[in-house]
Amino acid sequence: MSPTGAAPGRVQSRRTLRRLLSARNVVVAAATALALLLPLFGSNFFVEFVMTRTMILGIAAATIVFLAAYGGMVSLAQYLLAGVAGFMVGNAVVAQDAWSKGLKLGWNPWVAVLFALAVTTAVAFVLGALASRTTGIYFLMITLTYAVIGYYVFGSITPLSGFGGITGIDPPGLFEDHPQRMYLALVVLSVLVYVAFRVLAVTPFGLALQGIRDDPVRMASLGFNVSLHRTLAFTLAGFTAGLAGVFNVWWNGQIDPTSISIGPTLDLLIVAVIGGTLSLEGAWLGAFVFVAANNYLRNLPLVDHIGITEARFNTIVGVLVLLIMILSPDGLAGIIDRIRLGLRRLVQLSRGSGAGPAEAAAGSAP
Amino acid sequence: MTAHAVDERELQLRRPFVLPRWVSRAAVWVPVAAAALWVLVLARNTSAGPAIREPGEFVVTLLDGVTFAGLLFVVASGFTLIFGLMRTVNMAHGSLFLGAAYVAHEIQTNMVGKDANIDARDVSLLAWILPLLAAGAVVALLGLLMQQLLLRWNQGQDLRQALITLAISVIAADQLLAHFGGVAQPLKWPGAVTHFFEIVGERYATSRLFMLGVALLVGALLWLWLNRTRMGMVIRAGVDDQEMVRALGINITLVFAITFVVGSFLAGVGGVLGGSFAGSVAPGVDGAWLLNSLVVVIIGGLGSVKGAVAGSLLYGMVVALSPAYLPAGYTYYSVIFTFALLAVVLAVRPAGLYGRAE
Repeated sequence: MSPTGAAPGRVQSRRTLRRLLSARNVVVAAATALALLLPLFGSNFFVEFVMTRTMILGIAAATIVFLAAYGGMVSLAQYLLAGVAGFMVGNAVVAQDAWSKGLKLGWNPWVAVLFALAVTTAVAFVLGALASRTTGIYFLMITLTYAVIGYYVFGSITPLSGFGGITGIDPPGLFEDHPQRMYLALVVLSVLVYVAFRVLAVTPFGLALQGIRDDPVRMASLGFNVSLHRTLAFTLAGFTAGLAGVFNVWWNGQIDPTSISIGPTLDLLIVAVIGGTLSLEGAWLGAFVFVAANNYLRNLPLVDHIGITEARFNTIVGVLVLLIMILSPDGLAGIIDRIRLGLRRLVQLSRGSGAGPAEAAAGSAP
Repeated sequence: MTAHAVDERELQLRRPFVLPRWVSRAAVWVPVAAAALWVLVLARNTSAGPAIREPGEFVVTLLDGVTFAGLLFVVASGFTLIFGLMRTVNMAHGSLFLGAAYVAHEIQTNMVGKDANIDARDVSLLAWILPLLAAGAVVALLGLLMQQLLLRWNQGQDLRQALITLAISVIAADQLLAHFGGVAQPLKWPGAVTHFFEIVGERYATSRLFMLGVALLVGALLWLWLNRTRMGMVIRAGVDDQEMVRALGINITLVFAITFVVGSFLAGVGGVLGGSFAGSVAPGVDGAWLLNSLVVVIIGGLGSVKGAVAGSLLYGMVVALSPAYLPAGYTYYSVIFTFALLAVVLAVRPAGLYGRAE
């Protein structure tokens, strides 16, 4: 509200516009547009398999990034929470007379989704409350323990997991036999999750969370409830992971305890690590690299020659993560940032030597 | 309402929530008392039966718990030793366990001269001890290599180190699977210790007591090393204040390397014990034993050997008691009790029983 009229307001809005048009946002918007238009020119396999899986893993990995980047908590329980949602959907939707196992409640698929998300959120709240008094490496260990215990829970409590898995889980009519629709819904959901996490970062809650990440003792003495903030962040991440889990089980049509064992749990962390645990965009980038490597590595003749076939995919992924952790702990996003910084410095150097200090200073003024 | 009153109310609202002492005490003692009552008197429809009527079953279950705790201690003590000194969470600890078990299996089958169907009677004491020491030495060397090449230069970046060792565990699991296949490979106790003896009217396997004996020996040696030698003194000092130890002119990088060797060796000994205990070595055991080590150190407190003893005993007891004293048809819920133990400890003491808050 300015007394002088519309001009300052226009400046303000132009400034907001410029801030929104940062290189990062433009790239993300372009990637989103590309992802939405992909069904027009991409092959069916690429859209319905590679990219759909990328979106599911991306959303799940984004919850790891959210907790790590804003809360300083590296969580290994996100895949378990996705699995909880998947098992709940499976138990709820499979009909009583179906040739399958599990509780077979035979509910409406959308009711099942609400039920699954409610259970997942509640589980995330309890697990988060227990783990929230620790951070860093302790948090990582405790959530890894959750993940493995969760696997054993579903592995041994057979009424819930139906002796080796629940099969024949149909997605709701909206997505059944329409894999392209499911893909588009996942793109939209990815955008929503991405925007929500970024907006959350500048809300009072998000700012407090980042303050807690940097100095919990100080935030506690300022009157912020440290463990409550951490617990709520973990609960929100759990809910989002549950969304990914729902789509995952619709896409797979089945779920079994092995699918949430330690291997897939680590795979999800690896996705986040490849992209960079501090960059939200990196979650989807890492997911794409992971899924693409999983699907296309076998086509490379070189790989066959040196005796590494698709069967040894885990070795390749392990070496990749090892290299990333040795070279650039911030993952691919960190590498991209470093290249951008290097380029900018190069440009500045060439400008500085060509134009002289006075003009360089004038150039940077507006 | 005055501004002052608002402040008062806000202060009250924002006061951090702390569990009253009696709540945390009740959270521990009520479940313990209920469990004791159930095990001693009620225990209806369980495989073991109430302890006052079936003392033999009770003693056997307790022995199961204590002997398993011995194995847990051997594995977890190596994990906690490395963490205590270097703040390195070695996620590849389970891989060292599995690797050692496979090495011992290779050596044992060569010494016995049979490929499959090895019976404990074929295995001499030497054909067990030699694989144990050799496998321990191999993984100790691998652990040293890992520490020198991949962990030495990023000392202090605990998350990076955890992810590096995690990557190693993924590679190791895949390579071991490629080399040894998905089928379980035999690893047996020596024939000399595979007998049965009678206790309170029940038969009990000597091999389990042998395992406990090895664990006690390991524990005693570890205690002597840490408390009665100069090196142990340096390690204990390093756990308390690394910078000061360095400033006193002690070569702490050498101490780090030695600690890593000992920690890896303990994982190896645990692997051979665990493999013989199961009778076979199979893929997937690495993850299970990483979990076991994690549970023990989370309960006991990271970095504390005393905590590893307490954590092993508690966890071992829960693992042994819960399937025996759950009503028939509900025994698959026993894994919930592992989680309940973890939850109670985390709620009451977030840093573990003997851990120090950071």
